[in-house]
Amino acid sequence: MHDTAPPLSIEVADVTVAYTNGHIALRDASFSLGAGTICALVGVNGSGKSTLFKAIMGFLRPAKGSVSIAGLTVEASRKRKLVAYVPQSEEVDWTFPVSVWDVVMMGRYGHMNFMRIPRAEDKRIAQECLERVGMADFKDRQIGELSGGQKKRVFLARALAQRGRIMLLDEPFTGVDVQTESAIIELLRALREEGHIILVSTHNLGSVPEFCDQVVLVNRTVLAFGPTEQVFTEDNLSRAFGGVLRQFHFEQSTIQEHDGRTVKLLTDDERPLVFGKDGHLEYTDRHGREKLVKEREKEVGE
Amino acid sequence: MSSLLTPFEYEYMLKAIVVSGLIGGVCAFLSCFITLKGWSLMGDALSHAVVPGVSLAWLLGLPFSVGAFVAGILAALSMGWVKNHSRLREDAVIGVVFTSFFALGLLLLSLFPSNLNLRTIIFGNILAISDPDILQVLIISALSILVLSLKWRDLLLYCFDESHARSLGLNTRFLHFLLLALLSATAVAALQTVGACLVVAMLVTPGATAYLLTDRFGKMLVIATVTGVVCGVVGAYVSYFLNGSTGGCIVVLQTLVFLVALVLAPKHGLLAARTQRRAAAMS
Repeated sequence: MHDTAPPLSIEVADVTVAYTNGHIALRDASFSLGAGTICALVGVNGSGKSTLFKAIMGFLRPAKGSVSIAGLTVEASRKRKLVAYVPQSEEVDWTFPVSVWDVVMMGRYGHMNFMRIPRAEDKRIAQECLERVGMADFKDRQIGELSGGQKKRVFLARALAQRGRIMLLDEPFTGVDVQTESAIIELLRALREEGHIILVSTHNLGSVPEFCDQVVLVNRTVLAFGPTEQVFTEDNLSRAFGGVLRQFHFEQSTIQEHDGRTVKLLTDDERPLVFGKDGHLEYTDRHGREKLVKEREKEVGE
Repeated sequence: MSSLLTPFEYEYMLKAIVVSGLIGGVCAFLSCFITLKGWSLMGDALSHAVVPGVSLAWLLGLPFSVGAFVAGILAALSMGWVKNHSRLREDAVIGVVFTSFFALGLLLLSLFPSNLNLRTIIFGNILAISDPDILQVLIISALSILVLSLKWRDLLLYCFDESHARSLGLNTRFLHFLLLALLSATAVAALQTVGACLVVAMLVTPGATAYLLTDRFGKMLVIATVTGVVCGVVGAYVSYFLNGSTGGCIVVLQTLVFLVALVLAPKHGLLAARTQRRAAAMS
């Protein structure tokens, strides 16, 4: 089936989206992605990340411009179930009386008949997808009884079961423990090898260079897109985040000569905790901490 | 012993018991979707909004259920339209629209008395239900059950995750309308049993009860439907001895079952929660 499918791609061309109340969420946004990539969609809250997702899924009709998926219109791509969506945890009603198995099976609905009665094939695929995310032992649990990371994996399994070759993940690492985070990243890498396009919306800057080979920077439009090392520059990030980004310049910090080189951290809404080489806490400002600086100078006998 | 069987000697009581059980079951089945979708208020609104339809149907010589159904759908569409074109919150929109419809209904019924009087519409009178009305209830129930048994999985997905349903290519606009139509239709069917005021109880309480008792949707459907049927049958039966309002009996019974579930539900009940808190404090 994969042989006959058209080559995978997402083309967003000159898209402007306006809501009914006249608010323009996105203006002249353009980018394109080819098969086999993990791409981060980075921007502050309200920058148009979710609008872009909705446009790709066809929930919003652009006032101008077009979105095409594998050379097809969004509607046609939806008929082929090409795009799978993994929602933010906040969007899901976790008290809903469905089990892990039920949720993964929902990924197969598009492939089932009018009555949505699962065939043996659907069950096999659902089981396989659960095993792939390591959640097979939990299939009879009600979804609310899972940890943050397990919840995420269940919805990933649902997306896998859908056999969507384009995956949209909305803030996949919020509320997820570090182990699950690396497990998810492993899985996404494997999917990239299989030729999937994975688009990850995130404001967690630190994780982006870790696993994303491409980046789309948004702030009411697409500011820049391309390979991570080219796009993820200080200059671009300041344009994307404006004053929202906290900057820590450690030249003025408590970091000293024996810490080796000066470092700079970028993050948007969470302050980083910084430790020096010996594992002691570092502060962003020397001012008011002269005593501490002196003490540490003594420690190493400088 | 024989006195316990007296209600069954009267044809009107037999009819009342059977119809109440049927409507109780159908409403209860639907109530699972209504409670999970968060449409309880909508159910209340629609059950009141059908009233002008009853009067207009009489004036036009149509079956009352057709008029009521149309009025219900119109009310739902008006709510949707006002919500999309104003900055009002949904509860305000529902409040304004359903009271407008209900008031219009009261006005029409007082100006043009119909075969169903105001009291019957508002409080229900299952004991006096006519055979043509029973036929209407049967048709509505059969259609609702048919649609629900064919499409319950789609409706479940729609209630759980609308975005996902859309991304799978399901027609969510159609499912939204289908659920509204089912809600209106069952509200109309329940109108004669318990009246417009109490219809919402039939459309919410069994689902709410079942939701407390299980974490599985399949079981929730079974528990709700059984509760609905049993409360309908027993409520109508008991009302003979109490010589009280049938609708009142049915809904009070449903409430009692709900209260028992609220306190004693194995996992989500008040007692279970207390035990858990105690256990947490001890450890």
